[in-house]
Amino acid sequence: MNIFFHFGRYFILIKRAFAKPEKFSIYVNRIFEEMYILGIGSLGIVAIISIFMGAVITIQTAFNFESPLLPFYAIGVAVRDSMILEFSPAIVSLILAGKVGSSIASEIGTMRVTEQIDALEIMGINSAGYLIFPKIVASVLFNPILIIFSMFLGIAGGYVIGVMSEVTSSHQFIYGITYDFRPFNVVYALIKSGVFAFIIASVPAYQGYYTKGGALEVGRSSTKGVVYSSVLILAFDLILTKLLLA
Amino acid sequence: MIQVKNISKSFQGRSVIQNISFDFEAGKVNMIIGESGSGKTTLLKCMVGLNTIDSGEVLFDGRNFYNLNFNGKKEIRKEIGMLFQGGALFDSKTVEENVVFPISMFTDLSVSEKKDRANFCLQRVNLENANNLYPSELSGGMKKRVAIARAIAVQPKYLFCDEPNSGLDPKTSIVIDNLIKELTEEYNITTIVITHDMNSVIEIGDNIMFIYKGDKWWEGSKQEILKTDNQEVCDFVYATKFMKDLKTKF
Ligand SMILES: Nc1ncnc2c1ncn2[C@@H]1O[C@H](COP(=O)(O)OP(=O)(O)OP(=O)(O)O)[C@@H](O)[C@H]1O
Ligand SMILES: [Mg+2]
Repeated sequence: MNIFFHFGRYFILIKRAFAKPEKFSIYVNRIFEEMYILGIGSLGIVAIISIFMGAVITIQTAFNFESPLLPFYAIGVAVRDSMILEFSPAIVSLILAGKVGSSIASEIGTMRVTEQIDALEIMGINSAGYLIFPKIVASVLFNPILIIFSMFLGIAGGYVIGVMSEVTSSHQFIYGITYDFRPFNVVYALIKSGVFAFIIASVPAYQGYYTKGGALEVGRSSTKGVVYSSVLILAFDLILTKLLLA
Repeated sequence: MIQVKNISKSFQGRSVIQNISFDFEAGKVNMIIGESGSGKTTLLKCMVGLNTIDSGEVLFDGRNFYNLNFNGKKEIRKEIGMLFQGGALFDSKTVEENVVFPISMFTDLSVSEKKDRANFCLQRVNLENANNLYPSELSGGMKKRVAIARAIAVQPKYLFCDEPNSGLDPKTSIVIDNLIKELTEEYNITTIVITHDMNSVIEIGDNIMFIYKGDKWWEGSKQEILKTDNQEVCDFVYATKFMKDLKTKF
């Protein structure tokens, strides 16, 4: 019962967010603003996580693959495929759901409880459109860029740690990451990250938008936004993997 | 002119507004007074759809607000300037950006024209040299005045002020009162002011509605309110010793 109520209200809100803007130029500015805040502002954390993930995968793979039967390029292949298929799109999106999602939910939630959303509405502005649409667009456009960035850094991190700790050689690793490379995997990752980006922006926005009460409830909305978007990302990860790779 | 007809509103079964009707005239300062918690803000929010209503009608110059669709409501709202009780300034924007915001949303003025208009409005509320401050850097009364400047930025047809001079010193309070009065008469605005301040009522009130526990208890002019013998109204009007003394003098 409750879940249907939330689904219905979520879709109505999203529909309103995508209604015709009052003034196009202002919305375009808002999109760039959000890209800067949500996208550029996330480069640092994405970089750190990706480099470490790539490095850890390299060491773990080397540790587990001590059989002489395995080809010498296995480590490169493993790092490449794990980064492209799962770590960059899914894990990075989960991290972003925490970072970006909580900021979206608390920003919009605060605007709700301090009547700033009412103030927008009373000016005759579609508050859902003005606040949420630019966030979704910025997120969906910028997330794939972050994901590609993450893939490169992850593989680079693996390379550096692999060569430095002498579990693989430069030649072996590079042979590995180019061996039987399937461009479709990258497309698959980008599709996933686009869907995740939509979830990361819209679910916390929904939670924030319907906050009732005061500061305490803003905190709760923010937590809910992160938890629900993370769960949805995992669910869609499974669904999309089944659809696209099976 | 805004006509409110038989509006009722309850929150979770608790009735807050009961069957209120009133005609808010254009070019007049219409005042809503009443004790704290009597339902003044709720009534105002019901009139513009920020609260849903249980029953009743609101007509903006004949246009029935609650019969309009989303876009129709938006068109009416563009004609409303509203000052919220808490100010409701956009805290990610500076003072100037707050005032410029509605102007750039709904006009095609150039950047410098927008700034001029914003500065003109800020001057009228006696607020200069605060353009680049953020709301968190303002005092309570300054916030209120920025919010008033924002409400009048695009020359509204309907001006709603929820306690425009709470938190202001007496001098600024008079400036704001006079500003509201002037604008109302100059542009024939339908103005609704919620207040606790009897000075403002006597100073600028044309039509007065007294709300008591969600009912319209009394209505009349400022001359009438000083003479009424309605017990609840008298308790409100003559709550201070100053006003009591004033009464015995007459
Ligand atoms: N969103 C809400 N949910 C539940 N009850 C509410 C809500 N808003 C207002 N109320 C109740 O409605 C009543 C009237 O509140 P309202 O804000 O209209 O009072 P007011 O006359 O504006 O008072 P004040 O002069 O203190 O601003 C109060 O009892 C309040 O508890
Ligand atoms: Mg109030």
